[in-house]
Amino acid sequence: MKTLAMISGVTATVALLAGCAGGPSRSEAEYRQLAMETIKRDFQTKGQAKYERLTADELQQACNAHGNNPPEGIAKKLSEAQYATIKRPADGKYMGDWKQGEKIAQSGRGFTWSDKATDPAGGNCYNCHQIGPNESSYGTVGPSLLGYGKTRGDSAGMQEYVYSKIYNAKAFNVCSEMPRFGHAGALNEQQIKHLVALLLDPASPVNK
Amino acid sequence: MADPMKIRASMKGDAAEVRILMSHAMETGQRKDAAGNTVPAHFIQTITIDVGGKRVVDGQIGTAVARNPVFGFKIKGAKAGDKVVVNWVDNKGDKRTDEATVA
Amino acid sequence: MKKRIVLLAAVAVAWTGSASAQTKDANAEFEKFRAEMEESNPAELFEVKGEELWKAKRGPKKVSLADSCDLGQGVGKIEGAYVKAPRYFADADAVMDIERRIVWCMTEKQGFKFEDIAKKPFQGANDNNAPDITNLVTYVASGSRNMEFDMPMHDAKVRDAFETGKAMAAYRAGPYDFSCNTCHGADGKRIRMQNLPNLSSPEGALRGVLGWPGYRMTGGVMLTSQWRMNDCFRQQRFPEPKYASQAVTNLIAYMTGNANGQMYKGPGIKR
Repeated sequence: MKTLAMISGVTATVALLAGCAGGPSRSEAEYRQLAMETIKRDFQTKGQAKYERLTADELQQACNAHGNNPPEGIAKKLSEAQYATIKRPADGKYMGDWKQGEKIAQSGRGFTWSDKATDPAGGNCYNCHQIGPNESSYGTVGPSLLGYGKTRGDSAGMQEYVYSKIYNAKAFNVCSEMPRFGHAGALNEQQIKHLVALLLDPASPVNK
Repeated sequence: MADPMKIRASMKGDAAEVRILMSHAMETGQRKDAAGNTVPAHFIQTITIDVGGKRVVDGQIGTAVARNPVFGFKIKGAKAGDKVVVNWVDNKGDKRTDEATVA
Repeated sequence: MKKRIVLLAAVAVAWTGSASAQTKDANAEFEKFRAEMEESNPAELFEVKGEELWKAKRGPKKVSLADSCDLGQGVGKIEGAYVKAPRYFADADAVMDIERRIVWCMTEKQGFKFEDIAKKPFQGANDNNAPDITNLVTYVASGSRNMEFDMPMHDAKVRDAFETGKAMAAYRAGPYDFSCNTCHGADGKRIRMQNLPNLSSPEGALRGVLGWPGYRMTGGVMLTSQWRMNDCFRQQRFPEPKYASQAVTNLIAYMTGNANGQMYKGPGIKR
């Protein structure tokens, strides 16, 4: 009896020391849960940014739960489901006007609580990518797309791929940083076509 | 009433370095508010600085100067202990005088 | 005795250039200008107002914060308070950042209504004056100038705030699937020409907390870390974090904890 009591006493001391060391007291999953509860308690609707946006969809949940690297089985299933969401143009044409594409790529508008919900969203492309040779103010979150079509050509397959990638980047890389512009309703079919032309049209400055 | 200025004055070599922060809207009269009405011009027009009882700056500024203006001067002939008196008057007749001592 | 006057700088800041007009050179030029401005930072004007507010008997209870508010270093003491927060306050049973704590003091000690403070907690682009709370934060922050960040990470409750903030920074949702980390989770990234600090690294986290509260030359406004967090979520296409909420404290704790041991330079100046 006495020995047992002593042992539990020792255990208690060890636990206390661990507490003093100041490491995290919960598991990562528990902190994730706590983070979600805190967000749901402490955020509120403002303008068009409604409270409901806080709820992660199935794909976002999987990326959140797995540090943006879900197990292969889950990732495959999810990206296939994302691929299935892609609505392709009824007329089978993927290339629009690169000049309009450039304008869409320049605009960073859309979906913030300070944007008007009725105004069209921009592509936000230059925020993260180098694209045209005349725009030196570009971001580097995504890869450079300068010369994109020059090396890849503008075959029907390429056109469909670029359209699909912009429509739903998660169909190709399940936890990609890139938004799902078509899926989210940020860009319509015509806008995406213009962006395809910006990247692939041999006449586009991107490919000069 | 206008908010106080922040004045720092210290000897750097043979000159006193005076830095002045002024709290002022400096409205240009060109801006419109959310309702589309023009915001009336409201800006500092004259600035004077006296050091050791002598006027060293008597100047005019206008709407090209930004809100909360910052000024820096190097004043030769000043010495530690001199009193620095800064005064401004704006286009509405508001004014403010503050002082500091050269360190 | 002839006195020669050299006008050093009559600063007229109108940052109207479009983002596309900015080049790397322009960035370097601006950095030089900003460094020079640091010596005559208009933030000091807000410090002065904050000091008056701190010492004045105010609110329905007619008491001063100097006589009633404990920021963790003793009642009325501001020295080191900013760099030693967020911290746990037993009387409020919560981990709070400095702005949240001052708001707590204003409601609990002075009798102000939280809703009145939260109605307009940040200076708008064309407002002539900053809210009282911003002036107070700026004053308190000036009491930590040139001190090292020293958030008490050994405190289990502070650690929980830090870890929860870390998890919040990774939380993806909304129309663009963004989290804080989409932009602030890796080194060397930019949005347009704007460099993005990696908040998970000590250097990046320092850049996240340094210079706040800060005087923003665009619009001539004084803004706090609470504002910075708020505007990040706007750009993240999220709904709005409630003012002075635990959520905001957690994120500030995440950054400050990662910046611990590095020097805070006091209220800053921003583009």
